[in-house]
Amino acid sequence: MASQEMEELVSREYTQGFVTDIESDTVPPGLDESTIAFISNKKGEPEWMLEWRLEAYRQWLTMTTPSWAHLDYPPIDYQAISYYSAPKKDEDRPQSLDEVDPKLLETYEKLGIPLHERAALAGVAVDAVFDSVSVTTTFKDKLAEAGVIFCSISEAIREYPELVRQYLGSVVPQGDNYFAALNSAVFTDGSFVYVPEGVECPMELSTYFRINAANTGQFERTLIVCDKRAQVSYLEGCTAPQRDENQLHAAVVELVALEDANIKYSTVQNWYPGDENGKGGIYNFVTKRGDCRGDRSKISWTQVETGSAITWKYPSCMLRGKDSVGEFYSVAVTNGRQQADTGTKMIHIGEGTRSTIISKGIAAGRSDQAYRGLVKVGPRAKNARNFTQCDSLLIGDRCGAHTFPYQEIGNNSATVEHEATTSKIGEDQLFYCKARGISEEDAVNMIVNGFCKDVFQELPMEFAVEAEALLNVTLEGAVG
Amino acid sequence: MLEVKDLHVTVEGSEILKGLNLTVNPGEVHALMGPNGAGKSTLSAVIAGKDGYEVTSGEVLFEGKNLLEMEIEERALAGILLGFQYPVEIPGVKNIYLLKAALNAQRVARGEEEIPAPEFMKLVREQLSFMKMDGSFLQRAVNEGFSGGEKKRNEILQMLVLQPKLAMLDEIDSGLDIDAMKVVAEGINSLRNADRAILMVTHYQRLLEHIVPDRVHVLVDGRIVKSGDKNLAHELEARGYEWVLEESAA
Repeated sequence: MASQEMEELVSREYTQGFVTDIESDTVPPGLDESTIAFISNKKGEPEWMLEWRLEAYRQWLTMTTPSWAHLDYPPIDYQAISYYSAPKKDEDRPQSLDEVDPKLLETYEKLGIPLHERAALAGVAVDAVFDSVSVTTTFKDKLAEAGVIFCSISEAIREYPELVRQYLGSVVPQGDNYFAALNSAVFTDGSFVYVPEGVECPMELSTYFRINAANTGQFERTLIVCDKRAQVSYLEGCTAPQRDENQLHAAVVELVALEDANIKYSTVQNWYPGDENGKGGIYNFVTKRGDCRGDRSKISWTQVETGSAITWKYPSCMLRGKDSVGEFYSVAVTNGRQQADTGTKMIHIGEGTRSTIISKGIAAGRSDQAYRGLVKVGPRAKNARNFTQCDSLLIGDRCGAHTFPYQEIGNNSATVEHEATTSKIGEDQLFYCKARGISEEDAVNMIVNGFCKDVFQELPMEFAVEAEALLNVTLEGAVG
Repeated sequence: MLEVKDLHVTVEGSEILKGLNLTVNPGEVHALMGPNGAGKSTLSAVIAGKDGYEVTSGEVLFEGKNLLEMEIEERALAGILLGFQYPVEIPGVKNIYLLKAALNAQRVARGEEEIPAPEFMKLVREQLSFMKMDGSFLQRAVNEGFSGGEKKRNEILQMLVLQPKLAMLDEIDSGLDIDAMKVVAEGINSLRNADRAILMVTHYQRLLEHIVPDRVHVLVDGRIVKSGDKNLAHELEARGYEWVLEESAA
């Protein structure tokens, strides 16, 4: 198709840009030890937690922003950010959906997530994070029956301090990287999941994140622990309203899989990408890492990344246990002025460890994206295997796609395969579809969804439908 | 149904069609023959609306409407369907999905409801068995890993499902063995009726033994230099194109 027409498709506005008017209890911008003490106090945390945060903060002060990523953005003024924001009715939280602020429910409606219906119909427990505090948690009883703990991280720190203390920071240490250190110092909410030995979590766990206070960074901290022979599937999805200020988002997600445990973590990310000049979008600097600590454990990351102005994200697996398995399935779509530097790290430590990486990048408009992946095989990882496939699809001729695969192989018995392709969305494919009466928009959607199929089929059913719809929306405004 | 008047078309600066005239009426089967590079495929590409072809003068009317002002998909929805010489692969998109999307686009354009799934499956299965294709075709990605014969059969399958007013077939016989040729020809013959026109672009007389045309045109250097009935095709097969060239030069 003519690149001009493509431009028109690409320049449509973000459809999920709206702001819910709920009063926030927000601290003034700025960060020092007293801010951290304020957050810790607000959350009713024990002393050790405050100490842990302060340690992280002191490390952060000595660190500098990573500069190796293929990203371009002005320096962030961390003193201009407000580090705490919570809906006002914090003290008397709603006990059921009926008590939830109707405006919040309205927001979910706009997002196409009628919470009550979804939860009831799909059997999904939703721990909805609205700004920084969990507003409602459903299906708690059913989970409790199975012995599964699913709550906000703040609640977990108060109610299950031993578990949190044992695992928090054990996968992503406080000083792991600049953004992880910042998160460790100031995180305000997120989720905690513990699935006890031998338990298969009876439902898919789901959290919807949504940033909604102007100029407030959101720092979630998620910790999921799957004990021996336990299984869980966790869904994370997010959208954000249109704002003018750049919003920093620096989350940390830690997964721990013990012997024979299986964790599936799926993300659909649709934060505000900024206007056509890239102004006002979310900065998404995320550290996600899974630790296959036990033998035969498995951690699988699936992500569909369509939003944010800047994405810096490498969900990774530490394959420590013998015969443990790591997987990474990713679809990243960038459009307008979006930039994404994303990929994964598969660190093979144990014998017989296996990993699979399937990455699909779609760049449109003037966006720029990079796949950055590390496959590292340690000296003890006998017979480790990796298969990597990363494909890029370009739409129009002003976008860019780059691939940075790194391999560090420290064991001769390892098998590492890498396949990569870059293609332009075929004029021929579009013509073929249009010559069958299919509109350009539908044709692009069809072709792009086909391109992503290998990843979508890894998503849980209802999420796959959502992801496809989301891709189509992004492609209306992004690809078409 | 289709009127092409004094059509001049330029591709990357060089003129390929140099004043082409052609009228196709409902119910007729036309064969467009000619040596390589004469502009045969250019004509069907221009009628379908492919990018990269600049019409410098002349007009193309379809049922009285100016085709050249219509978008590609509008032309398809008006009832023009192009069967490709080299059908493109679309990884990850199931054949059945493309078929259904195309059929529903037509129905919606006509103000009808989308086709109910059971009705669609019945329709597709009938045509599938007519084309001697098994059900697994529907679940495979569009043209991905298809043999040459499978691709061509798939093009005809789409025609059978979509039922165009004007079916254009660009070198549909290329890359077919004799058995596949018969199946494809049967498919095309079954499309023949009083309301539908078929325009075939071909090199060889071979196809025309299976699908007997009403009119045969010889395209040389961007113009139709000779037209006749099915006997013209036999003559071309026996004598080649040289004599036509000489005759037209005289």
